[in-house]
Amino acid sequence: MSDQHRTGITDPHEISRRWFLAQCGVGLGSVALGHLLGETGLAAAGQQRSDPLAPKAPHYAPKAKNVIFLFMAGAPSHLELLDHKPQLTRFDGTMPPAELLEGYRAAFIDPHSTLLGPKFKYSRHGQCGAEISEVLPHLGSVADDIAIVKSMTTDAFNHAPGQILMNTGSQQFGRPSLGSWVTYGLGSESRDLPAFVVFSSGSKGPSGGNACWGSGFLPTVHQGVTFRSAGEPVLYLSNPKGVDSGLQKASLDAVRDLNRMRLQAIGDPEISTRINSFEMAFRMQSSVPDLMDISKEPQSILDLYGAEPGKSSYANNCLLARRLVERGVRFVQLFHESWDQHADLTNRIQTNCRDTDRPSAALLKDLKQRGLLDETLVLWGGEFGRTPMVQGPETDGRDHHPNAFAVWLAGGGIRPGTTLGETDELGFNVVQDKVHVHDLHATILHLLGFDHTRLTHRFQGRDFRLTDVHGNVVKQLLA
Amino acid sequence: MLSKRFLGIPATGLLAIAAACLCLQITPSSRGAPAETSGRVDFLRDIRPVFQASCISCHGPEQQMAELRLDSRSRALVGGQSGRAIQPGNADGSLLYQRVAGLGDQAQMPMGGKPLDPRAIELIRVWIEQGADWPEAAGGDGAAIERHWAYVAPSRPELPKVRDASWVANPIDAFVLARMEAQGLSPSPEADRVTLLRRLSLDLIGLPPTIEEVDAFLADDSSEAYRTQVERLLGSPHYGERWGRRWLDAARYADSDGFEKDLPRIVWFYRDWVIRALNRDLPYDRFIVEQLAGDMLPGATQDQIVATGYLRNSMMNLEGGIDPEQFRMEAMFDRMEAVGKGILGVTIQCAQCHNHKYDPLTQDEYYRLFAFLNNAHEAQIAVYTLEEQRRRETLLQQIREVELELQQRHPGWRTRMETWERDLDRDLPQWTVVQPEVDDFSTQGQAYLPLEDGSYLAQGATGGSHRVKMTIRTDHRPITAFRLELMNDGDLPMGGPGRSINGTCALSEFEVEAAPADQPDRMRPVKMASATSDIVPAPLELTPATEGGEPRVIGPVALAIDGKEETAWGVDTGNVNRNQPRKAVFRAEQPIDHANGTLLTFYLTQKHAGGDDQGTGNRNLGRLRLSITAEADAEADPLPRRVREILSIEPARRTPKQMGEVFSYWRTTVPEWGRFNERIEELWRQHPKGTTQLVLSERQRLRPTHVLSRGDFLRPGKQVRPGVPAFLNPLAENGPADRLAFAHWLVDRKAPTTARTLVNRIWQGYFGIGLVRSSEDLGKQSERPSHPKLLDWLAVEFMDRGWSLKSLHRLIVTSATYRQSSRATPQQYREDPYNRLLARGPRFRVDAEVVRDIALAASGLLRPEVGGPSVYSPAPEFLFVRPASFSPKVWEEAQGWNRYRRGIYTFRYRSVPYPMLQTFDAPSGESSCVRRPLSNTPLQALTTLNEPVFLEAARALALRTLREGGDNREQRLTYAFRRCLARQPTRAEVGRLLAFLSEQKHRLADGWVSPWDLAGYSPEDRPRLPEGTTPAQLAAWTALSRVLLNLDETISKE
Repeated sequence: MSDQHRTGITDPHEISRRWFLAQCGVGLGSVALGHLLGETGLAAAGQQRSDPLAPKAPHYAPKAKNVIFLFMAGAPSHLELLDHKPQLTRFDGTMPPAELLEGYRAAFIDPHSTLLGPKFKYSRHGQCGAEISEVLPHLGSVADDIAIVKSMTTDAFNHAPGQILMNTGSQQFGRPSLGSWVTYGLGSESRDLPAFVVFSSGSKGPSGGNACWGSGFLPTVHQGVTFRSAGEPVLYLSNPKGVDSGLQKASLDAVRDLNRMRLQAIGDPEISTRINSFEMAFRMQSSVPDLMDISKEPQSILDLYGAEPGKSSYANNCLLARRLVERGVRFVQLFHESWDQHADLTNRIQTNCRDTDRPSAALLKDLKQRGLLDETLVLWGGEFGRTPMVQGPETDGRDHHPNAFAVWLAGGGIRPGTTLGETDELGFNVVQDKVHVHDLHATILHLLGFDHTRLTHRFQGRDFRLTDVHGNVVKQLLA
Repeated sequence: MLSKRFLGIPATGLLAIAAACLCLQITPSSRGAPAETSGRVDFLRDIRPVFQASCISCHGPEQQMAELRLDSRSRALVGGQSGRAIQPGNADGSLLYQRVAGLGDQAQMPMGGKPLDPRAIELIRVWIEQGADWPEAAGGDGAAIERHWAYVAPSRPELPKVRDASWVANPIDAFVLARMEAQGLSPSPEADRVTLLRRLSLDLIGLPPTIEEVDAFLADDSSEAYRTQVERLLGSPHYGERWGRRWLDAARYADSDGFEKDLPRIVWFYRDWVIRALNRDLPYDRFIVEQLAGDMLPGATQDQIVATGYLRNSMMNLEGGIDPEQFRMEAMFDRMEAVGKGILGVTIQCAQCHNHKYDPLTQDEYYRLFAFLNNAHEAQIAVYTLEEQRRRETLLQQIREVELELQQRHPGWRTRMETWERDLDRDLPQWTVVQPEVDDFSTQGQAYLPLEDGSYLAQGATGGSHRVKMTIRTDHRPITAFRLELMNDGDLPMGGPGRSINGTCALSEFEVEAAPADQPDRMRPVKMASATSDIVPAPLELTPATEGGEPRVIGPVALAIDGKEETAWGVDTGNVNRNQPRKAVFRAEQPIDHANGTLLTFYLTQKHAGGDDQGTGNRNLGRLRLSITAEADAEADPLPRRVREILSIEPARRTPKQMGEVFSYWRTTVPEWGRFNERIEELWRQHPKGTTQLVLSERQRLRPTHVLSRGDFLRPGKQVRPGVPAFLNPLAENGPADRLAFAHWLVDRKAPTTARTLVNRIWQGYFGIGLVRSSEDLGKQSERPSHPKLLDWLAVEFMDRGWSLKSLHRLIVTSATYRQSSRATPQQYREDPYNRLLARGPRFRVDAEVVRDIALAASGLLRPEVGGPSVYSPAPEFLFVRPASFSPKVWEEAQGWNRYRRGIYTFRYRSVPYPMLQTFDAPSGESSCVRRPLSNTPLQALTTLNEPVFLEAARALALRTLREGGDNREQRLTYAFRRCLARQPTRAEVGRLLAFLSEQKHRLADGWVSPWDLAGYSPEDRPRLPEGTTPAQLAAWTALSRVLLNLDETISKE
């Protein structure tokens, strides 16, 4: 599909329409015509008259083909994990400077609360000497493969809006998620698996609910499909009781034959799309269980992740993410909702790190040893940070903090061994190389080969994009 | 010609484009050469969209970079700081062209953005070369905006002349045929009767016709046969379900709050109101007025108030620690968007942050519209079914009769009551209201909003178990007692005073600490001598919400100072009279008296939520006010506040109703009337519980509306009054500019977009695509309608017929256009994939709910009951518990017949959409949706193949087929086939399906599959089979039924 650069067609909808027209032999003349006329896509009409998941090329040569987004829902404390603040230790128990708090809104606490020193020690790791907390020893072991951003900032300080912003670029519901934008732009490489797969682990589902992986106003086919690492992996994947594979095959053959007869009689091409959908459904029925069966992985790999076949865990999900990417799935997102430490932060962060540190690092190691890390962008982070002030009384908690937080990225064209940005000595505000959520999104799209200002979809009379009217690619993060 | 028809654009446009294409192909050698004379670039069609997309944001109404404006002809021709932008006839000499083409050494435009598409640049060049023709009408003056077609009220167009007049069944066809003839097309033949009836039935009621209905139609040879079917279906109660569901999309209806907790809400009365309103063909103008302002209509009925649930379908964030005003604003924005998309067909939400970029709507005008809606309480009321309303009336009548009996038996009652009133203690203590500062942390994420009367309104997340801490310094001395008032508020459930779903609350402990203001360290608990209140409830032990939960007691106010958190002062009378303001007075043992002022800290412990702390039984205080007094022996006024207010009115000026209220209170104080009072109490206990509904109720005090800078509620700008945008019809001149006036304005005959928007959307419902494709937007960014005059004709006709929706439906389904066959050649499908030219009948997959309904109807499982509480249709349990869901959700899977209710009745959690409906594109209710996507995916195939309800349908269809489908397999096959598809199978289809059936029978006989497993029964619990039928047969027919239910045609309208 590289000829799109010649024709200058950049809207993926245009591309899919063009593909459709080419398939149907209407010819290029009318395509150019339609484009010149500003006819914004017959495919935008809400009816699917072409395959929206056909592989498409981005605007320019991409660095990454796939994305794995490890979403730490609930908002992990940057101060305990990735942003070393020795001065905060010094000021433990004192009041923050009043001018810092001017106009500051907090969710639960009176902002005029005493400061809470970081609870863990930091040390330097790898050639790059990245400072990483002692509760993330495994991440430390891959420090030279990752880029840490200590200067993230966001607009929302409540969970649902914050998660929606991080996942869709807007605090308002109804916008397409990052994963759906990516599959909308790139289509799918897999014939028998969905293009965008979602897992959930931790204590509960994400605050943003299904909207975190929704398709908004994009075609529904771009919505994330939830997989489960235990039980039936995809809803309604298994044959019902009493239906064996022989019967299923015979039934599908009969459905196909009758649909074909109808296609002959009526002529509606939508019937052939339906035939294809049933065929892919049948392929999924065998490919998904095979994909989900990690028991065939060598013990060394299971140990690397800390994965246990048959269990439902973040570790298993990390291993599955690798297996999905290997099979051509474009976007895998793991939600791990357990980071909302308003109290008992020391203990609960330790628990969370025990659950997630090894698998996250193992994923990077495993992708790397298979040569997949170069083309897979891995991203770790939550929806905002935590206050340097304590949420008390009598316990070690931190409240929601939108001004500063930390994430890390790896692979897929990210400059490894980088630490970007600085917060002030309390970890309250970003003071250098501020990266807004929109900038992060622009950068992710850039690595996938998209100009974030040109990946658009027309809806309600205007072109929408993931980054709305914002976003700058963070050049310092690029390899 | 082929491509022309395909694109559906006027011929003149094509020529212009052909010319531009040609130029492009020979560029650059031909630069400057005149464009081919046969085509012209059209400003409106070709150039303005480019300006709008890429230039106007900096050179338009909002910003005029370098003083250049490209939204106005005169201003554009004058140019900006750099000089004249356009030299007609000389593109190379025009700054506009130079800058967008990147010629010369200046930065290429658009500044900081991507360069224009090469072809757009070329179009601009050709346009300038051709003389830069910019019609006066298209922005002749920067101030006067050209009237966009949709902003001029529709008038009835002349019917076009057509060659084949015999085809025209009603005026719709004249417009459609004229367009076809102009394109050299002719209509398709009428669909065969069976296809037509199935289409009509799916369209009007969302259910396939039964075999009997098909046969009756086939047997009816009268000329009115089709019309008879139309009337039958329009008269069906399922019509309201079918079209109601589409309105519910626009109304973003769902059964939960949204956001993370996504608590269930009980709002199905609104859903049922929509269904019933459509069934009785409530005229659309009234349908809208009642939904926007039914509560403000004179003598508003319960139904009319319920209708305002439309505006309340916004999501609510009850996350801990929110700023409630932020999310009230989000809900307001959501309402504006819903009105814009669903009623006006104008993207008004675009002006929330700035002036609309394309349509002539300013940000000020947006907030003037906003102001109409901004003066309402977010109320929750009790509502009653018709049966309950009757019972309620009877009870109230009985109560009146008992009171009357009392009065008749005691003729001296009036004098006695007057004496009582005269002897009442008028010497009430003087109370000083205090509004201490709330410790935010102690509210457990609730927000305590201070009100002007010194009270606090609790908002946001319900706080569950907590102990609010409030502190104040006062110079009053001495302080002898404290009063806590629990007050009503329009924003509380049932008016409060509490935050439980029934508006009640409980106070576990009331504590005060005091210290001399100059010695804050000497804070000491104030020991209370007594507590009194105006309600003395008997102690009641609450059932713990969780097993093994601590026992909780509510009762008299003394329980609030007993030092035990397990016991509380309760204010729940146990019946509908519970939503009264209440008060309690706590007297200190020792007066507090500090010469230099006193520091007071109040603790209001609220730990009576049981296990449902975030949900409906939180028992948190809703609105409260604290006061202090210096008087000795202060006690709570035993009179209810309302009675005290009436008594302050001169007796002669009291209304009979007010006197009745005084009597109803007074009789309870007469000791010897205990028997009568108990009888009345007993009647109150029989009062129906009713259910709840979120509605609007107008506030008495006007809430000011400000223009919000960039839509940010923290940055209010100037205050605005309610008003309507200049480009739309004016507001009626008489009467107040309130929500009701706004509602009337929306459906004024002069409203240019309202009727067009509605008829366009109904049209979309039939043909899959509206006459204007973007059914949510008729504004300047919308594409021209495919049939502009038809749209106007329909809009005018609709209004002339009294805004009758059924009449509009009748008109469309009786047109020849609608009745065409959808059979076409693949080439015809390719040439006009979306059927914009309407040269064939509509064919597409039915809506999500109907996909399910068809399977249930075909199998005979469907339950036809209309309305009622939403049902928990079968779904996997894990979706509603952690870790899939943020919080555990109720999903008690429906058993028995409720499993098989229509899809419209399935309970809808916004954060966990019902999987089957979501997979087939049903919207989640997070925002208004007037155009569903129509996808075709493998997950849909997995659903119809494997989802339990579909399998249950296959089993039921098999059993029914064996019982009722005839004696031999051909008859049975035809029976099952017709239940799914209405038509007879072809011979080829029969052959293929019978082969499948035989194959399955053999496999079953060979023991590959257990017949009972497939048939869904255990051998012990087998159904009665017709004589001679084996379990293997039942299983084979189940497999066959499953095939039928999975056909594309089964879930398609043809």
